[in-house]
Amino acid sequence: MNAAPLPPLEEIDPALSEEINSYLEEWKDKEGNLIMMLHEIQDRHGFVPREASLLLAEATGVPMARIYEVLTFYNYFKLVPPGKHNVMVCNGTACYLKGAGRLLAELESRLGISDGDTTDDRLIHLETVRCIGCCGMAPAMVVDHKTLGKLNPTDMAGLIEGIRKREESGNDQ
Amino acid sequence: MMPKTIEATINGMPVRVPAGTSILKAAREVNVRIPTLCKHEDLLPTAACGLCIVKVGGSPRMPRACATALEEGMEILTHDPELTEVRRATLELILSNHPNGCLTCGRNLNCELQTLAGDFGIRQDCMPRYVREQEPDASTGSIILEFTKCIKCGRCVQVCQEMQDVWALSFLERGINTRMAPAGDIGLADSPCIRCGQCSAHCPTGAIIEDDETVTVWEALRDPEKFCTVQIAPSVRVALGEAFGYPPGTDLTGKIYAAMRRLGFKAVFDTNFAADLTIMEEAAEFVARFAHGKGELPLITSCCPSWVDYMEKRFSDFIPNFSSAKSPQQMLGVLAKTYFAKKQGIDPAKIYQVSIMPCTAKKFELERTEEMYASGHKDVDVALTTRELARLIKQSGIDFRNLPPASADSILGTYSGAGLIFGSTGGVMEAALRTAYHKVTGRNLEKEAIDIEPVRGLKGIKSAAVDVDGTEVRVAVAHGLGNVERLLLEVRRARDAGEPPPYHFIEVMACPGGCIGGGGQPYGVSDELRSQRIQGLFDGDRGMELRFSHENPEIRTLYDDFLGEPLGEKAHRLLHVRYKARPTYQK
Ligand code: SF4
Ligand code: SF4
Ligand code: SF4
Ligand code: FES
Ligand code: FES
Repeated sequence: MNAAPLPPLEEIDPALSEEINSYLEEWKDKEGNLIMMLHEIQDRHGFVPREASLLLAEATGVPMARIYEVLTFYNYFKLVPPGKHNVMVCNGTACYLKGAGRLLAELESRLGISDGDTTDDRLIHLETVRCIGCCGMAPAMVVDHKTLGKLNPTDMAGLIEGIRKREESGNDQ
Repeated sequence: MMPKTIEATINGMPVRVPAGTSILKAAREVNVRIPTLCKHEDLLPTAACGLCIVKVGGSPRMPRACATALEEGMEILTHDPELTEVRRATLELILSNHPNGCLTCGRNLNCELQTLAGDFGIRQDCMPRYVREQEPDASTGSIILEFTKCIKCGRCVQVCQEMQDVWALSFLERGINTRMAPAGDIGLADSPCIRCGQCSAHCPTGAIIEDDETVTVWEALRDPEKFCTVQIAPSVRVALGEAFGYPPGTDLTGKIYAAMRRLGFKAVFDTNFAADLTIMEEAAEFVARFAHGKGELPLITSCCPSWVDYMEKRFSDFIPNFSSAKSPQQMLGVLAKTYFAKKQGIDPAKIYQVSIMPCTAKKFELERTEEMYASGHKDVDVALTTRELARLIKQSGIDFRNLPPASADSILGTYSGAGLIFGSTGGVMEAALRTAYHKVTGRNLEKEAIDIEPVRGLKGIKSAAVDVDGTEVRVAVAHGLGNVERLLLEVRRARDAGEPPPYHFIEVMACPGGCIGGGGQPYGVSDELRSQRIQGLFDGDRGMELRFSHENPEIRTLYDDFLGEPLGEKAHRLLHVRYKARPTYQK
């Protein structure tokens, strides 16, 4: 590969570099190694940190563009840290027409994150999904595997509060 | 072995083509045009759009003509009411995921999708429209990605990854969610993008367009405090005509000068003059390295800002090989605000310098490093592409076709044929060799030897050995960055093994064909078009009295009155740059 200078990687945790090096060592002569290394990274961190992809790109000469093509092709890979609680807003046609956008906007402003992100404390992950098959209850959401319907933006504050309360009382359900 | 020939029929007409020819191409042989949206002549088929379907024999299948080879005995049908209906439905489906924004689109009147919609007479939305919202990416200041207008044809991805080997663009996700995005899903300016604009030149729609700055130029022109000057790059003059109905390759230098004066520019310069100057500095550098052992060989040209950016990111171990001479655009800019300002007694702070370039990366070059402010001001204030110039002229009401030619302003306007051919792949090498030969031997190349044929043409990598008074100079020329790596790896290998360099002098231009094929040139690029534009430049060169940069009288005056010697102290301060290694990803 080329003698390309590293990107501004100074801030990257040396432990991460070491971890990546160990995968490189382990997989260097094996087939399908890129994807296997990505699996190892995800297993360890619960997602594939951008820095890990950068280090892999530099070490293997596989462009970042290609690595991200792989990462986003498989639903399995996550690019942001998972949250402990998953909040999914349905944005299918029925829900969209019944105001899913307003629910999302309310959640985004209350949580201070945007669609697809996780709060800094890694407590709540927010995402939009395609039709979840409950159009009769539009606009619908799924919060920690529980489906909720006929929601209003004013319900959002209570919903977030509920998650936080459950977390504090140590009760996951 | 003779290539096998295939015989078949298309719409009942017999065709004979070499084996492996696509049905699409074979149809052109019998003057049948099958509609296409994703296939581009420069690129391999992605078979993404489905418009080029045809019927084969009685089969109910409808294969895609761009990606299917013609086979012996096939009976192809390209057009019938059913095919037209299916094509229309396909188009309607594409349009249902496309904004209805033609009036305010960068490709209005010049869009492959719009043209097809027009040809098929689509007059209403037949399906509910769904367009995934996404903000455009204008982070580079050179090109703008308008994601909502992307039809996922895959051209830009192939261009950026294969043709240019930059890997700044890719498709992320899959199926219905597939989307074009900068590498690693970040802003384009933080990606490895080198601003070459080849993606914009190949995109069939308005999803990738140049950052239009015509309004900025109008504002400068109406400001009475400003002394607006302009320069025109070599390759612009043989391409601009395409926007006004001239055949590609028509040299319109005189008309362009005249249009500039009518637009209100107070002085009209020619980048060709600065190309001659670049040659003076670069040839001096080459001779110093080649004949006097001062510096690394091969010397590598550096007038292409995309190539400079690429080298700093990907091949920074070649920094010592890089010519430190600035590009003609920047040389002319600094001279306009020093030499010209002084001679004319104009306050350089009032000079507003516009450049007309074939290239989106030239916008980026203007502020690339602090050396681009060598005059004490921003040396060139704004760069417009050829496409923007065409618009500027159309807005101004100038009847371009009937405009009588004018001339440029003398002290930065005279040029040689060597300066003119700068716009083509191989042209910089040829121009530099003409002057280097003179520098080494004290005489000019014989008339028959002025044309250095082996470095001309569209082959991706060209090499030649040129005899300079009994000494062999080995040169190589690469264009299209996908071709550069092979060449540099060869040089690097020799260097690491302690062997003499395989070449003494290397020319690189980022775009296939060189600047004539630049990312800011009129649409519709193909090798045929590139050859026509190149022909325009070389015909111009051959028709000129003055064919050597070192014989340009204005260049001589410039050194005598102002600069001193090539590579001298003043030349260094104003006309040269330093390079540094840069990260490929800014994030
Ligand atoms: S890309 Fe073409 S069809 Fe789409 S809005 Fe622009 S001009 Fe119209
Ligand atoms: S401008 Fe060039 S480098 Fe940048 S995305 Fe387009 S093709 Fe790739
Ligand atoms: S941006 Fe243009 S070239 Fe790239 S995939 Fe979309 S439509 Fe095709
Ligand atoms: S659209 Fe939301 S549940 Fe079907
Ligand atoms: S041109 Fe053949 S599928 Fe698009």
